[in-house]
Amino acid sequence: MNGVELRNVTKAYAGITVMENINLEIADGDFLVLLGPSGCGKSTLLNMIAGLEPVTGGAIDINGRDVTALEPDERDIAMVFQSYALYPTMSVRKNIGFGLKMAGMPKPEIEERVNEVAELLQITPLLDRKPSQLSGGQQQRVAIGRALVREPAVFLFDEPLSNLDAKLRADMRIELKRLHERLGRTIVYVTHDQIEAMTLATKVVVLDRGSIQQADTPENVYRRPANRFVASFVGAPTMNFVDGTLVRDGDQVFFDTGNGKLPLVDVPAEASDLVGRPMTLGARPEHLMFDDAGISARVVLAEPTGPDQYVRLAVAGAEMTARSGPEQAFKPGSDIRVVIDGARMSLFDLQNGKALLHG
Amino acid sequence: MRYNRWALYGLLCLAAVMIMAPVFIMISTSLKSMDEIRNGSIFTLPTDPSFAAWSKAWFGDCTQTLGEKCGGLSSSFMTSVQIVIPALFLSVGLGAVTGYSLAVWKMKGANVMFAALLVGMFIPPQVTLYPLIIMIRELGIFGSIPGLILVHVIWGVAFTTMMFRNFFKTVPQDLLKAARIDGAGFWRLFWHVMLPLSLPILGVAMILQFTYIWNDFLLGLTFGGRSGQPMTVALNNLVGSQFGEKEYNVDMAATMLTALPTLAVYLLSGRLFVRGIAAGAVKG
Repeated sequence: MNGVELRNVTKAYAGITVMENINLEIADGDFLVLLGPSGCGKSTLLNMIAGLEPVTGGAIDINGRDVTALEPDERDIAMVFQSYALYPTMSVRKNIGFGLKMAGMPKPEIEERVNEVAELLQITPLLDRKPSQLSGGQQQRVAIGRALVREPAVFLFDEPLSNLDAKLRADMRIELKRLHERLGRTIVYVTHDQIEAMTLATKVVVLDRGSIQQADTPENVYRRPANRFVASFVGAPTMNFVDGTLVRDGDQVFFDTGNGKLPLVDVPAEASDLVGRPMTLGARPEHLMFDDAGISARVVLAEPTGPDQYVRLAVAGAEMTARSGPEQAFKPGSDIRVVIDGARMSLFDLQNGKALLHG
Repeated sequence: MRYNRWALYGLLCLAAVMIMAPVFIMISTSLKSMDEIRNGSIFTLPTDPSFAAWSKAWFGDCTQTLGEKCGGLSSSFMTSVQIVIPALFLSVGLGAVTGYSLAVWKMKGANVMFAALLVGMFIPPQVTLYPLIIMIRELGIFGSIPGLILVHVIWGVAFTTMMFRNFFKTVPQDLLKAARIDGAGFWRLFWHVMLPLSLPILGVAMILQFTYIWNDFLLGLTFGGRSGQPMTVALNNLVGSQFGEKEYNVDMAATMLTALPTLAVYLLSGRLFVRGIAAGAVKG
């Protein structure tokens, strides 16, 4: 298989296992994003693919070749770092060409490839400058150029946009996506930023505490989170969670929190199997809909963000966030009626947090 | 504010005068004739400045030869150069490589070795003098220039290793990872990435080692033997073992000549020196 395959990869530090039996297939040409909070093991996983950290057990294949015992430069990979990691004493030209020089490529050929990459990234005028004379965004381009020039089978990105300001980050995100579409190479990309994950990835792997929580398309990770952790980590503002039970009253299905009954609309038929079982309801802000037939909710606070506003509501003994357009005015203390979109909500097991049903 | 400023300049001037006064007296005296020294105050300027004393200190007085030499410092100056140059490059070069491997490459016992080096730095040379003598004697190079060079390298390497190790510890991990991915191994990482980064530290290490080795008296006296007496030992002989009247002008000139190389190194490298001392973490 082309691409990358991790087979039962295990990592232990000083006898303490931090990752166990990680299995992951990254198809050729995939843009795979490793997403998770800090300390979840995403960078460790990337470093193991790069060969910067040895695996304790298991094997890693790159382009169908077992690279587990190989040095980083023998693995046909290139890496871009959060801190750019440019060689401060070398010019941009030498920075980009360094890997090729180490590989023993003849000088004219290095020159040609460096120029090509510089052209592609539009950094030709910067070639003779030192990294300290470049802005953050320019340094990042050079770092990407250093990876591109090697024409590797797999690109590894370790939080490459975290050091850039918001505007530049958005621009670079678009450029990275273009670059991937243009080159069609396999990319493994580490980030804690869910926007980056959602916009860039063809496949997202959500990690927590050294294990894979879900590996799926960005749409499914958002729409059909495998468990409560994934549901809470992906999406901003975060998903609303309430504990309670499903109850049926004639045709209408409610979620009974013990302090009130949240009406659910368009609930899928499978939900009837779950009636009476204690569980957690997960509803994203956009799953709360204002409806006169709904349950009464008190406005606690409204947060306008520009295109949207988020309304904190006290409802059925819990606080939940609802999304609304910017036009409507919400006065704190006023009452409003809401229902929950049963066709999009998620239900989780109360004990282990696993998803029971997606609307 | 203004008042404080005056006080500051006043204090600085006072300190400068106190430090420069002996230097002034030395230069002034070295330019006087013996008659003038006998009859005048040490603070007066020479009435008829002459470099005769400097010439005598450098070439010696060949009318009253001591053995085959004329007793000047010129020959021991060359000996000092022969000692300093190899000892300087060996101690700094070795220190750079060992400091690099201690800082960058994880190996068993690296911390123990570093602790041992630190202890080595704080032991006064007098304590290990005798064991060193035995060691050098067993190697068959006691009393020769190579023997003395080896002793200087042994002494210097602990210090230079520590300097380079501490500097290389500040190099960001990502940079080292990038170099590994680019395929730079132990030596190529050192040569292409780390050594160019360490130029300010390299400068400081060179200057400090040069000063230390050039100014050394004890090791030169002990290990140099007859053929390997550095300039400092020769100066001591010149000043301390004359018959008859003390030739202050020659003594002063000889002392100035001995101090001149280190002085020149400091003056020429002043800015580099300050930069090296101020060099903290590397900006990525």
